[in-house]
Amino acid sequence: MTDALAYQPCTPADVLLRDVRVLDPRAGLDARYDVRVRGGLVAELAAPETLRADPGEELLEGRGCLLVPAFFDPHVHLRTPGQEHKEDICTGTSAAAAGGFAGVLAMPNTDPVLDSAPLLRSLGEAATRQARVPVGFLAAITRGLQGEQLTEMAELREAGALGFTDDGRPVQSAGMLRKALQYQRLCGGVIALHEEDTTLSRDGTMHEGPVSAALGVSGIPTLSESTMVARDAALAGYEDARVHFQHLSCSASVEAVAGAKARGWRVSAEVTPHHLLLTDEHVRGMDTRMKMHPPLASEQDRRALIEGLRAGTIDCVATDHAPHAREEKEVPFEQAPMGTTGLETAFAALYTGLVESGELPLELLVQRMTAGAQLFGLPAPTIAQGQLANMTLIDLDASWIAGEHGWHSRSASCCFAGRRLRGRVMLTFAAGGIVHREQALSPVAVA
Amino acid sequence: MRHLLSIEDLDRDAIERIVARAARFAEVSDREIKKVPALRGRMVLNLFYEASTRTRSSFELAAKRLSADVVNFAATGSSVEKGESLKDTVLTLSAHKPDAIVLRTPWAGAAELVSGWCSAAIVNAGDGKHEHPTQALLDVYTLRERLGAIDGASIWIVGDVAHSRVARSNIIAFQRMGASVTVAGPPTLIPRGIEALGCDVRYTLAELASADVVYALRMQRERMSETWVPSLREYAAWYQLNAGRLTPRQVLMHPGPVNRGVELSGEVLDSPQAAVTAQVEAGVVVRMAVLYELLAGASAPSPRRRGRQIAPASDRARTGPGAELSDAEGVPDAAIFGMQDGA
Repeated sequence: MTDALAYQPCTPADVLLRDVRVLDPRAGLDARYDVRVRGGLVAELAAPETLRADPGEELLEGRGCLLVPAFFDPHVHLRTPGQEHKEDICTGTSAAAAGGFAGVLAMPNTDPVLDSAPLLRSLGEAATRQARVPVGFLAAITRGLQGEQLTEMAELREAGALGFTDDGRPVQSAGMLRKALQYQRLCGGVIALHEEDTTLSRDGTMHEGPVSAALGVSGIPTLSESTMVARDAALAGYEDARVHFQHLSCSASVEAVAGAKARGWRVSAEVTPHHLLLTDEHVRGMDTRMKMHPPLASEQDRRALIEGLRAGTIDCVATDHAPHAREEKEVPFEQAPMGTTGLETAFAALYTGLVESGELPLELLVQRMTAGAQLFGLPAPTIAQGQLANMTLIDLDASWIAGEHGWHSRSASCCFAGRRLRGRVMLTFAAGGIVHREQALSPVAVA
Repeated sequence: MRHLLSIEDLDRDAIERIVARAARFAEVSDREIKKVPALRGRMVLNLFYEASTRTRSSFELAAKRLSADVVNFAATGSSVEKGESLKDTVLTLSAHKPDAIVLRTPWAGAAELVSGWCSAAIVNAGDGKHEHPTQALLDVYTLRERLGAIDGASIWIVGDVAHSRVARSNIIAFQRMGASVTVAGPPTLIPRGIEALGCDVRYTLAELASADVVYALRMQRERMSETWVPSLREYAAWYQLNAGRLTPRQVLMHPGPVNRGVELSGEVLDSPQAAVTAQVEAGVVVRMAVLYELLAGASAPSPRRRGRQIAPASDRARTGPGAELSDAEGVPDAAIFGMQDGA
């Protein structure tokens, strides 16, 4: 996507996509075109059924399939280094490609924690050999995610960190976070925050409410998140810092972000497909795939998140793709680790759950699934002549069952597994190359 | 009934059926030879991941009185301490072909999870803070013996509701049997949202006089990794069930073990209104009824065997004892209780 992201170079595509519906909300495009990609660049957009394949060019019949700017996910866990049994750079980015993403940001809660420049450089170097789609890295805010001492943020920025986060082990001390926000003036980089007051969430493993009461499972009150969002928004306002709130899960947090934005504070926010589509009712069966952090909350919270995304209070969708090994999830609910995968199902789940049901317009969903790049200082993916091809072809009519043919991710632990979804990613271009192709999509002809 | 995982799975009829059968089994405990051959040749595995004396011994006695073979497997001192997962332990023990696994774990939902891993009938003997369905059944049985009917009774469950699997199972079971349920205790120990189970919530015992039955919960010191009440002394001052708070007509229950002087005073525990030892007694017969229901009962009810059917002794002899005692409604008492069948 840019030099800030690392990826394994691939062969530049030479493809003619005939008769596709090009939908690029930023460019104001929504019409049928023939799209020519040559040498990895978008070479031509012409009226449908007007272009002919050149020699050496692959011809694909689009038949009105949707072509959108490729998605960007600012929140994934590639589990590398140290937890490659859950996921690695190759499997994680293959999952991203299969989900139509042409860029992801990896979280630093690895083993060891990504908190030093040498480790970051080695990871970036590994990505140039293994990453199917461009990967950027967020480094830790505090050393070892211990919340006690800042990482060498300036050096990490020079080594390529796009920002900082203690995702998974949130910064509890306001004083500590304030220092990081102040230091951001020197080094830049977005500070992304997993918001949770651990004195409120304690040993909770699901949303606190009627379902947790009925199951006898310790609950996590939503205010463990929302009070921290409010606190840290105020810190960001005071220090004029740039802060991004990760995976919002409840209505009070949406309100806190809206309030911060109304004051002109430089905050942004993301929401996951699972928080937009599922609630604590889905936890009733104690399926460990439904166990994630923050936990699935109430229907009222879910509605507020949808409204927040629609209104723009929430800027983008992020999957918080958090793979775990089968044996780690095949345990009683309270023992299981938090997290679900999300890259391979994000678009289809949201399209099926929110667009087909009429709750969100398709162009808004596409906008929110591509907006993450700009939030972290990267160019927004767009479909325009002369641009490197970063785009995704989707068959909106294709119906499939999530996970029926396995997963690209090393983890099968997906909260949408087994659901019938509509909208299938057929082809993904990332950085000019084809990084994913559905088997059903065979070339009509290679001229 | 294939498993007993949650009291939620039992409708009123099923609860009535189990309680009625337990009443018939009660006679066995009074015999000189406390054994019937109903589950001869069957194997019951007690798999306990938590310390338990009364529940485990109660299940063991129940199984033995039905002539089943019993194997006890405690997690402490076993392969579990070497890091074996629940799944692998269950798969390993399943190789011995138990007909039923009685499972106690500190994790909510574990019994249901295990039911998907093996073919044995699973009896949930307590899964974390979630449920303890046989406790609820034995409490219903005990109350039936005391009150005749539970319909219309007002039952207060007092104390640490948050950490109590007994509370959750009993809230459901008592209501299913027609009672109204109120939970009362310190606000830190009443889970938010519990009223969704249909019970009322009180934070003091001011209205305790309206209760017909008062069910005290144990202050679970071993579950309390932090302070939920300022002190047990203050808890006792506000919530202890004693002669000053209870009237003699109220039935007092407790799942045990009791913290004498904390949730209950010694005087009420030793008074005739306390049904605590009756509960323990009921434990064995109700668990006999549950094991019978699962292993010999309604596993394959066929329409033609429905209804009361007293087979002549000669017919029973042909089908053999135990194995063919299938239909829940249709099992002749003589077939269950008669020693001559097994002789």
